[in-house]
Amino acid sequence: MSDMIWLILTLAVLTYATRFGGHVILSRFKRINPRLEAALDAVPAAVITALVVPAAFTTGIPEFIGAAMAVALSFRLSMLSVLVLSTATVAALRYLL
Amino acid sequence: MSVETPLINERRELKDGVKASLPIVAAASPFGAVYGAAAIASDMSFFETVFMSGTVFAGASQMVAVDLLATPLPFWTIVLSVFAVNFRHILYSASLGRKMHRFGPFQKALAFMLLIDPQWAICEKRTMSRPLTTGFYFGLAMPLWIVWLLSSAIGAAFGKLVTNPEAIAFDFILPLYFIALLMGFRERYGWLPVVLVSGSAALMAFWMIGPPWHVACGAFAGILYAAWRGKPKDLMALSPNANQSGEGANV
Repeated sequence: MSDMIWLILTLAVLTYATRFGGHVILSRFKRINPRLEAALDAVPAAVITALVVPAAFTTGIPEFIGAAMAVALSFRLSMLSVLVLSTATVAALRYLL
Repeated sequence: MSVETPLINERRELKDGVKASLPIVAAASPFGAVYGAAAIASDMSFFETVFMSGTVFAGASQMVAVDLLATPLPFWTIVLSVFAVNFRHILYSASLGRKMHRFGPFQKALAFMLLIDPQWAICEKRTMSRPLTTGFYFGLAMPLWIVWLLSSAIGAAFGKLVTNPEAIAFDFILPLYFIALLMGFRERYGWLPVVLVSGSAALMAFWMIGPPWHVACGAFAGILYAAWRGKPKDLMALSPNANQSGEGANV
């Protein structure tokens, strides 16, 4: 099997482990430590921020402007509209600049 | 009919589940297509793209994997990042698992495989008024899984037609998706400081150490900050009153 299939299977098994694990392990405890819970809660935002901030700041000017627009539009529009408009902006700026 | 065992009409339950899935199906399918097209753009095959949707079945983490695949990175960087993004499911299965007493062991095992964010949020809400049945659970889950597979396949087919992804900024669509997703969490407790800490740590690591370490350093800084800050007791996710705090439909 190719490396990619192994990667996908590894990701699938680990993801399943997180979906089953809480029931098997965490449900034995009545309470979770508030610090642990706060840390778990912050994980998605922290990982996604870490992934996106360097890409937004270091790729180029059209990408930086598009990223800033996505942030601003998110206060008003749905996720899909934000995605369409900011991607179109990056494409247009790449063409113009 | 006693009060403890309300009469359950399984057909009705199934119908309710399918009905509840419709808005989520509509909201999630464009993102399935974005995932499919982006996966093709980072050199995954059509089969691999659809296979990942069927087995991993977690939107945000599939996007993370595809984004990281675009640059040659060690296997374990991708595995750890995806694991970290999916780690929140631990909380979902801990709370919903306690409400699955009508499920057999095999049904439970299958149910957890399909436990995505909207599935969790909708089922938690349902259990506030009625017991959780297999009919409702799978009536909700199966359309979501099928449409996620179909929409990633359609996106992948479309991605194969795009010969110059840079011209339509397709190579930058995942960062923009991540920004929109991140902004969707902004009402959560302590969101802004976590974003600021993670973002600045990631940027510093990117310049001082270089990729791929910015992901781990940035994430770790934000998580450490959150643990240090702690959480007020009334916001605990496992308490019954905090159940609707589910994230957006597309995580």
